[in-house]
Amino acid sequence: MPQALEGSAAVARAVALCRPGVIAAYPITPQTHIVENISRLVADGELDTELVSVESEFSAASVVLGAAAAGSRAYTASSSQGILLMMEVLYNIAGLRVPLVMTCANRAVGAPISIWNDQQDSMAARDAGWVQLYCVDNQQAVDTTVQAFRIAEQTELPVMVCIDGFTLTHTMEMLALPTQAQVDRYLPPFRFARALDPASPRSLGMLVTPEWFSELRHAHHAALGRAAEVVERADRDWHKLTRRSAGGLIESFGDPDAPYAVLTIGSVGGTFAAALAECPPASPTRLLRLRCYRPFPLAALHEACRGVRELIVVERALSPGQGGIIGTEVRAAFAGMRGAPRVHNVALGLGGRDVPMETLGRLVAAARARRLPPFSIFDLQPERLPAEER
Amino acid sequence: MLEIRIHGRGGQGNVVAAYLLADAASRARRHCQAFPAFGAERRGAPVTAFVRIARRPILRRDAVKTPGFLIVQDATLLHEPDLAAGLLPGGGILVNTTLDAGEIRRRHGLEVVALPASALAERHLGRRLPNVALLGAFLALTRLLPTRALSEAIAARFATKNPEQNIALATAAAACVAAGAWKEKADAAGA
Repeated sequence: MPQALEGSAAVARAVALCRPGVIAAYPITPQTHIVENISRLVADGELDTELVSVESEFSAASVVLGAAAAGSRAYTASSSQGILLMMEVLYNIAGLRVPLVMTCANRAVGAPISIWNDQQDSMAARDAGWVQLYCVDNQQAVDTTVQAFRIAEQTELPVMVCIDGFTLTHTMEMLALPTQAQVDRYLPPFRFARALDPASPRSLGMLVTPEWFSELRHAHHAALGRAAEVVERADRDWHKLTRRSAGGLIESFGDPDAPYAVLTIGSVGGTFAAALAECPPASPTRLLRLRCYRPFPLAALHEACRGVRELIVVERALSPGQGGIIGTEVRAAFAGMRGAPRVHNVALGLGGRDVPMETLGRLVAAARARRLPPFSIFDLQPERLPAEER
Repeated sequence: MLEIRIHGRGGQGNVVAAYLLADAASRARRHCQAFPAFGAERRGAPVTAFVRIARRPILRRDAVKTPGFLIVQDATLLHEPDLAAGLLPGGGILVNTTLDAGEIRRRHGLEVVALPASALAERHLGRRLPNVALLGAFLALTRLLPTRALSEAIAARFATKNPEQNIALATAAAACVAAGAWKEKADAAGA
């Protein structure tokens, strides 16, 4: 039964439905409403969990690492500088192959300090070795949160569910929560084969010498590669149960024969889907929404781009001195391929700048007119900068 | 799609008003979207919140730039030069004020519907919180949703507080305005 819920409240309820054993909470805008709502569910007796209020994000990540390593289903959430403060632990969680789930309420990273939305924070954690899933709307945020626990526990990898701060977290919209029975059917109790247990002592996090380091890095890399299939299957099974898909690896919309394609990540994919219907680009365009960014879905990308001549990659972060992050990976994905699309790459909507619906048409027109450089910030207003900064 | 911008000051329950209206719409089988102007909230500072209501799923997430209606919770905001920026031609403005619409027209050059929402709230709740009264009046003016939709939304949000007094406040406020006066405008938006 669809109801109107704020994104953060909906995510908190989805987490509760997954029956986590331990939740570590530390507030940071725009993630705060998630842990506030979880606290309320605990206080109201609707969620029985060990809710640990910690003194920093470093501790939040450390608490869930320890909890999951001891065999408990564990969850935390953060944003921006909080994700950065966690970074050492994020690498440890992934490298130790400890399954748990974290929501990243995406926010720009300072400086310049900004509380508003882009995706520089989760992109900074790109190489930590987590599965990263990006949501278009709050229905996907709910559904992906439940799927994330299953993916984590089947792959023994941590999963980061990325939802755009404010744009999703603070927006009330129609969505359907799964029932407890559905979630219980989908998500069996967590049994961690390598759980720390005093009755059967083992070590976690030992020093690894050069003799073994490369093999463990390879094993982690290979495990992420195998996770793509688990992500797909988790969404297929969810669809069987609820009749809803949360976007698989990549979602494709619009004219399947269109020569133009625009690849988005996160909630901009919603605005662009509306644009396809209400103010479509002058040239036939398909919309591709990248949901699974790590592991990078190479085969799904090739499949989704079949027949595409011009591919515009739109992202919400950048690598200063280099340019686009996802755009660079997409170019690499097509390097040397016969009939590969020409890849254009822009960042936009940085630090909360509004992305109007008309942007889609402007992007396609600019690509068609060959006005896009290899990388640019599409909604930049360069005239506002002193000449030497342009 | 109908778009509404709510103006107020931090602490007046702006976001609550937006969420209540969206929730009420959902209870009348509409699609809805409500969100605050994202930023730091400070008590007393001018703030805005937005609501979209439609018969079809709402996919867009860009800013509301051309609202059909404004709900103004604090009459001092009428001094803001860009208060009505982007308001669609023929759009409606509902203002919490003890002045009458003619006086507002003389002072600010704006065509508004005036409602003494804070005074009504003080009578029903003992607190000068104008949001629920304004929503009651707005829905009476537009006849956008059945009365029970707002009552249900109020009952859900204020379950542990004072839902009955809030519902009575919304009803009293609805009786203060010309029912259906904005119905054509609202119907034109197809919501």
